[in-house]
Amino acid sequence: MTTQPPRRHEARQPPVRGRISVIGIIGEILITAGVLVFLFLGWQLWLNDLVVGADQNKQGVALSHSWSAATPVHQAPTPEVSTPTVITPKDYGVPVVAKAPSNARKFAVMYVPRFGADYARSVSEGVGTTDVLDKNGIGHYPGTQMPGEVGNFAVAAHRTTHGAPFKQLATLQVGDKIYLQTADGYYTYDFRGLEYVRPTGVGVLDAVPQSPRVAATDRVMTMTSCNPMLSAAERIIAYAVFESWQPTSAGPPTAIAASVNASQ
Amino acid sequence: MYAALWRILPGPIWLRIVILVVLLAVVLTVLVMWIFPWLNGFINVSDVTVKA
Repeated sequence: MTTQPPRRHEARQPPVRGRISVIGIIGEILITAGVLVFLFLGWQLWLNDLVVGADQNKQGVALSHSWSAATPVHQAPTPEVSTPTVITPKDYGVPVVAKAPSNARKFAVMYVPRFGADYARSVSEGVGTTDVLDKNGIGHYPGTQMPGEVGNFAVAAHRTTHGAPFKQLATLQVGDKIYLQTADGYYTYDFRGLEYVRPTGVGVLDAVPQSPRVAATDRVMTMTSCNPMLSAAERIIAYAVFESWQPTSAGPPTAIAASVNASQ
Repeated sequence: MYAALWRILPGPIWLRIVILVVLLAVVLTVLVMWIFPWLNGFINVSDVTVKA
């Protein structure tokens, strides 16, 4: 009668002890490591992009607000909604060209309606990985021209990870507008085409892209990012040409007026 | 490893599950807030600039 409890105890022990094995523990560690790798990938390629991207957009909007709040719009808007005629933009003369700021300093906000109606990302001076591209988003190649300047305004940004400002670079279509807002005004560029080059293809940064010995007469923009996505094997290049500019006092171009005003 | 964790946890099954969920949330938070950003500095999948 008294021997029953110990016997039950003995009967329960072997299967429990059998589950604890070195191979079993190694297996569990490996499975855990595998799950952690997938978690990291999900975080890096999706969750962090959403969080950092939204944050970069917020900073772009705040920067835009700081300029438009400082300079009130003088022009009384008289929208003629009933007549959908082609609006010829007013000519404001030679665009104002700002001086390049110090490294990592934000000096412009880029609007690309093709990337989303609320897309507003700041442009900083420099293309350093940790101080500009990973943190601020879009970086301006030092030594290349500034927005509105004759020559080449060249920028770089991530296509994947770190907020991925140029995630949709390959979706641009000929004629798509790229707007740059600075303290001085709004510069409109017109997308022309894509090019794919090797990582050493610095010719895309020339004042006249791929033509190092030609003196520039036009205002162009070059956007560089990685290609293919998630790789550093090649670079995707997007070219745009300058179309028009208007001072801050004239108000934002119609296409981005909603997102600029939304920030106020 | 996980079987041992399950045995160490006190209380009835529902309480063990609650404790596990809380532990999992803590682990995920630590990963996302600190470990992953730190790791991200070493794993740069995309170089986006052109240089000679």
